[in-house]
Amino acid sequence: MSEIIKVGMADLKTCVSPNGVTTLGLGSCVGIAVRDPATKIGGLAHIMLPDSTAIKNGQQNIAKFADTGIVELVRQMEKLGAKRNRMVAKIAGGATMFTFQGNVSSTVGQVGLRNVEATKAKLKELAIPILAEDTGKNYGRTVVFYPETGDFHIRAVGKPETVI
Amino acid sequence: MGEMSAEHVSENYYDVLKELGNIGAGNAMTALSQMLQCKIDMQVPQVRLLEFSRVGEVVGGEEQILASVFLGVSGDISGSMMFMVDEDSARHLIQKMTMGMLPPGSEFEDMGLSALQEVGNIITGAYLNSLSSMTNLTIIPTPPAVSIDMAGAILSVPAIQFGIYGDKILLIQSQFRDDIELDGYFILVPDLESYSKILTALGLPIL
Repeated sequence: MSEIIKVGMADLKTCVSPNGVTTLGLGSCVGIAVRDPATKIGGLAHIMLPDSTAIKNGQQNIAKFADTGIVELVRQMEKLGAKRNRMVAKIAGGATMFTFQGNVSSTVGQVGLRNVEATKAKLKELAIPILAEDTGKNYGRTVVFYPETGDFHIRAVGKPETVI
Repeated sequence: MGEMSAEHVSENYYDVLKELGNIGAGNAMTALSQMLQCKIDMQVPQVRLLEFSRVGEVVGGEEQILASVFLGVSGDISGSMMFMVDEDSARHLIQKMTMGMLPPGSEFEDMGLSALQEVGNIITGAYLNSLSSMTNLTIIPTPPAVSIDMAGAILSVPAIQFGIYGDKILLIQSQFRDDIELDGYFILVPDLESYSKILTALGLPIL
């Protein structure tokens, strides 16, 4: 029996096929699914903010940030036997949930976009290629990732499920 | 005023927000009952400080569909505020607002959304007014934006702002009833500088 492991907000989990990982209702946060196709070890991080170094007071939850969260996910996967040079990624989320008339509150409006940019920059730095993405737009997404196939299922309200 | 440590901030910050939340929610419900011209019974609001991971379950699951109104706040303080109700409650409120022009079960059309925006305007306006008169600070709300989507996705927006200070979110739940029982949630997020302004205005020590 396979199991789907749930990842919360500002959280990350690893899994081994046939198990999968899921996170529900991604908004401006980004879900980063990483997989090593040879070992079928996978993982999912649900990050909220782009950059841990931009926050002054020391923060313990490294899963909250794109930079530290991705590094930690990769580290935990390596511990299970995955190899970084085989890893590939798929990403989803980073939506702009609210659109304001005029140019009010750019920090709130842009955080989804900045999360996506920071995620891409970190994956590039770690030399992990992004095979597919479903990011931006203005709606929430629930995602399920299966390291067996690398399929990344995405559900949104009032839309058919897609697989990337 | 001295440099505030992260720990002090999170504790004081949440305590003050909790108190403001109680009073604000009461005022908001009074405004709502005046607008709908009916008597609304309200329970004492529950103010909860939740880990990010637990917010979803409190509002009925991350995939529960919520209608939400979100607005920015400027003037003497800056930050943002959100009001949320579940889909059925939203429908009920729109129904009342538009005198039954949105039949039950139908899609939220533009008119429904603008009615919801208006409800949000009145509720958040009353909330912020009470905050303003308690603190003597000028608080100007921006026009609200509306979103109907999964709870997790909607809550990610204020959670990200709370995320700058810590790993918890302050949720004010107010249950009210006119013909049916409605669950509404408030989230108020002043930024860090505004927080010390609010404390000072309330005559509380910063540290």
